[in-house]
Amino acid sequence: MSKLSQKHLLGIKNITREDIELIFETAENFKEVINRPVKKVPSLRDVTIANVFFENSTRTRLSFELAQKRLSADTINFSASNSSVKKGETLLDTVNNILAMKVDMIVMRHASPGAPHYLAKHIKANIVNAGDGTHEHPTQALLDAFSIREKLGSVAGKKIAIIGDILHSRVALSNIFALQKLGAKVMVCGPPTLLPKFIGQLGVEVELDVRKALQWCDVANVLRIQLERQQIKYFPSLREYSLYYGINKKLLDSLKKQIVIMHPGPINRGVELSSDAADSQHSIILDQVENGVAVRMAVLYLLAGAA
Amino acid sequence: MQKKLILDTDLLDITISRLCQELVENHGDFSETVIIGMQSRGILVADIIHKKLEKLTKKDIPLGYLDATFHRDDFRRREIPAKASETKIEFAIEGKHVVLVDDVLFTGRTIRAALDTMIAFGRPKKVELLVLIDRKYTRELPIAADYVGKSVNTLTSQRVLVELEAQGHKQNKIWLINKD
Repeated sequence: MSKLSQKHLLGIKNITREDIELIFETAENFKEVINRPVKKVPSLRDVTIANVFFENSTRTRLSFELAQKRLSADTINFSASNSSVKKGETLLDTVNNILAMKVDMIVMRHASPGAPHYLAKHIKANIVNAGDGTHEHPTQALLDAFSIREKLGSVAGKKIAIIGDILHSRVALSNIFALQKLGAKVMVCGPPTLLPKFIGQLGVEVELDVRKALQWCDVANVLRIQLERQQIKYFPSLREYSLYYGINKKLLDSLKKQIVIMHPGPINRGVELSSDAADSQHSIILDQVENGVAVRMAVLYLLAGAA
Repeated sequence: MQKKLILDTDLLDITISRLCQELVENHGDFSETVIIGMQSRGILVADIIHKKLEKLTKKDIPLGYLDATFHRDDFRRREIPAKASETKIEFAIEGKHVVLVDDVLFTGRTIRAALDTMIAFGRPKKVELLVLIDRKYTRELPIAADYVGKSVNTLTSQRVLVELEAQGHKQNKIWLINKD
């Protein structure tokens, strides 16, 4: 018997370590399910889920959709680009219209930080945050931590460096919360302009030299430079960024130890990560993608079951 | 709370030996047979039976564990979702004789879910059910066991408690408990 402490998954900040561990234990079982000859279970056959994406996504949306289908849920997909949002409908109206069609759960991505939290105050359905602006991306952090646990046996006591565009990254913030709750030591590394001013207050170490960060860590979670969110120039050129912060095989080989390379995707090959590093045996990038489906199945299953 | 002993250590041992003999009688050299224990306590019973059978037949018999949680029919109908356990079937069940093992047969709903789960791994030639305790007159589905340790008349309000050494108990014992 087991239940999450929350009705929604809005962020990692407001869930407990026990919640995370329950999600992991359930995800392990779902990982076994998705490797069976028949990859589907009937658990959510009477549940309807709407994937409401106000922002572009390939991986997350496919992963959620696949997780829902593996659980036998009915799904509808909505993207803002071809909807009435363009005609001026408010967020709450849009969602209430979807819910009027008897939808039980909303998976939402939105460009505004806090959008799912606002929604949670006004609607009854379960909400899963699939990314809200530069704020949180809880399922990504869960699958990252799950992948570290799978690779290294546990997260507690491990040293994880998050490298790249911390300022614009919801993955970074959710990762920091998740990893710290599980007892890991976290470091952020990037050019000073891409580090939030008060990041030190979250209890993370800050490092500007990528070689030192790699030397320190057991796992490097490399983030993409989010050019689409950058209104001003934070560094002179991509070439210069790559020169100072790009990770390649030569750099990895020069370390005295083996470290694990992660990336939430999409990778800008040759910018933050070179091809020979992304495709090396250090990398667990594709394991992250596989685990993403299992972790999302666990989240949907646990939220729907407690309804 | 009243406790009544249904099977004591010695009797349970004799019962399990008898069940193994029945299996040998029907399955011969076990070349086409696999044993699958049901999570959670059925796997402990399956472990005991599997060990005894391998000793009796001097053969390696495939043993797997099955968790039927995701195929249950009471999901979203209870306050808290049931917690899943490990499923581990590292052999093909296609065309095999499967002996499904559980500790107690009660409403039959877990077995229904287990049969459903098993189909995800292939189509067995035949499935049989072995239980230590068969609670009579409590079935909610048309399901019966092929091998029964002991049949017991029980009330729905009562509970069967299985204590096994593998769970850390001093001796293997099975109790009937009256909830007041």
